[in-house]
Amino acid sequence: MLYRETGQFKTSYASDAAIFPIAQDRWFVIGLLVFAFFVLPLFANQYLYTEVLIPVLILSLAAIGLNILTGYCGQLSLGTGGFMAVGAYAAYNLLLRVPETNLILVLLFGGLMAMLVGVLFGIPSLRIKGFYLAVATLAAQFFIEWAFARVKWFTNYAPSGSVAVGQLELFGIPLDTPMKKYLFVLAMVSLLALAAKNLVRGRLGRMWMAMRDMDIAAEIIGIRPLHAKLSAFAVSSFYIGVAGALWAFLRLGSWEPLAFDINRSFQILFMIIIGGLGSILGSFLGAAFIVLVPIFLNQIPGLIGIPMSTAMISHLEFMIFGAMIVFFLIVEPHGLARLWAIAKEKLRLWPFPY
Amino acid sequence: MLGQFIETLIGGVLTGVLYALVALGFVLIFKASGVFNFAQGAMVLFAALAVARLAEIMPLPFAVAAAIAIMIALAYAIEFFVLRRLVNQEGIILFMATLGITYFLEGFGQTIWGSDIYKINLGIPREPIFLFQEVFPGGILLDREELAAAIVCAILVAVLAVFFQVTRIGRALRAVADDHQAAQAVGIPLNYIWLIVWAVSGIVAIAAGMIWGSKLGVQFSISLVALKALPVLILGGLTSIPGAIVGGLIIGAGEKLAEVMLGPILIRWFDLAGGGIENWFAYVLALIFLLFRPQGLFGERIIERV
Repeated sequence: MLYRETGQFKTSYASDAAIFPIAQDRWFVIGLLVFAFFVLPLFANQYLYTEVLIPVLILSLAAIGLNILTGYCGQLSLGTGGFMAVGAYAAYNLLLRVPETNLILVLLFGGLMAMLVGVLFGIPSLRIKGFYLAVATLAAQFFIEWAFARVKWFTNYAPSGSVAVGQLELFGIPLDTPMKKYLFVLAMVSLLALAAKNLVRGRLGRMWMAMRDMDIAAEIIGIRPLHAKLSAFAVSSFYIGVAGALWAFLRLGSWEPLAFDINRSFQILFMIIIGGLGSILGSFLGAAFIVLVPIFLNQIPGLIGIPMSTAMISHLEFMIFGAMIVFFLIVEPHGLARLWAIAKEKLRLWPFPY
Repeated sequence: MLGQFIETLIGGVLTGVLYALVALGFVLIFKASGVFNFAQGAMVLFAALAVARLAEIMPLPFAVAAAIAIMIALAYAIEFFVLRRLVNQEGIILFMATLGITYFLEGFGQTIWGSDIYKINLGIPREPIFLFQEVFPGGILLDREELAAAIVCAILVAVLAVFFQVTRIGRALRAVADDHQAAQAVGIPLNYIWLIVWAVSGIVAIAAGMIWGSKLGVQFSISLVALKALPVLILGGLTSIPGAIVGGLIIGAGEKLAEVMLGPILIRWFDLAGGGIENWFAYVLALIFLLFRPQGLFGERIIERV
């Protein structure tokens, strides 16, 4: 009853091309943003910020990045962790060597460096695809991890590549409390997600999707594979790099290359599989799911009164993630985002059967 | 110097044999079902854990027999719960499903078998053999376990070759590998064939897991080392059993030689904090290979039909 687009006419090209053509969606998103920016900070505590909100937001950004490459352009990548590391260490180096740079520029620089590396490792995608490409991106993952652990210049001669950033500040305001960090991350992620949403709706996104659906047909209708694939690698790595820099700067504070190991790559890949391949919304849902499930799992033994060792819980976590992946691939290959879409469809008809 | 070179080479080749054993499992499944089975590493871990824990309560041969039964049951479970439900999906979806299986198996294996480091004692004497002591100073050091691995690998390959070439099931497997639909049309039951290849790669995983487990101890890192089998496959070609062997040898020898020969040079040039080139050498080698010869050394040429 409430969720129905009846009577909402598109009277201009602008309204036809709007991101959220249905007024209820528009209001929902605005409401969500208002809630996230103004209402949440009123009652959230430190735990909620540092363990839930900030990780979900940053990993969503990384998931958006991978989703652009894998979900929209169909190029499987297992090098996400490596590209995040590039973003983190590039940002660290800029801040180290030019200390007075604005934080936003520092983070974007991390993204740009990751973009360069991403394009470099994306070149093989012109010849190979599928799991062959997955192995090529594994090369990126292991090489980058090794480079930051071993090449001393990157880490300012710190032993085993572990580095730290001091007090961050933005336009003179120190980002010292979790709330300020959260608001900053939220602003960055909202803007970048908006940009991503628009990119995938536009010419570039359509090119990627054509490439994903059938590369040969796409080539025949005049899409240059070089352009399409490398631009997907570039944009994707940029997002992942920014996410890596955010993760290192605002979530970890001090880190070593191990924070961006192959398990990080898998974690983000799982986010987009569970959230939904080829969906920006899905990236958020998947990230929230993957971050929240372990937190809930840790609560369960206490709730039902069965003592469980932490090792046991982490094994159970592995099992549940594995089973969820298989389950989603079998039952709902389009992930949580598709479930959301189905729910909306049902809501349109409710309370009538059809 | 030459002695050291040969020693490194032999050590590398023998490690390569282990990679080849894991890669063999991949190739079997890929050939028969077109599934790129990422879970092979987890299967090796699972098999090794099973053998290690069962050997604590029964003699080793019984433990191995029980592990074989478990791996066959596992193959059946995977076929029944996953593969059967994903028929006709794209390769990439199946690949991601095996990623899920990987995680599940890693968690499941450690839940039921425990997650400490376990030892498998194969009864091979520990002390190494020295060869050519009269030719080189100090001779060439050979590890008996690695030698045993090489022999086991050779036997396994021979048995598999006979199995594929001579038996009825082997012929059916080759037919399925060639063309799923045509094989089905002449009455070969696909599900049954898939069950068999997964079971066979499970058994190959037991062999790999036992040798690795006796060398390094059975622990989680086995499933990571098994990732090295991926570049081996790329190098050798995804569909070729000899390719898996040769690729394994090249990668094994290549990364050890790179560590010893190239490592010091790189450290001097780029002021590195230590070597560790073997962590990425195999992958980068595979990457370079992919650029020039995507089908690998022995693979069938990749032809795309529209």
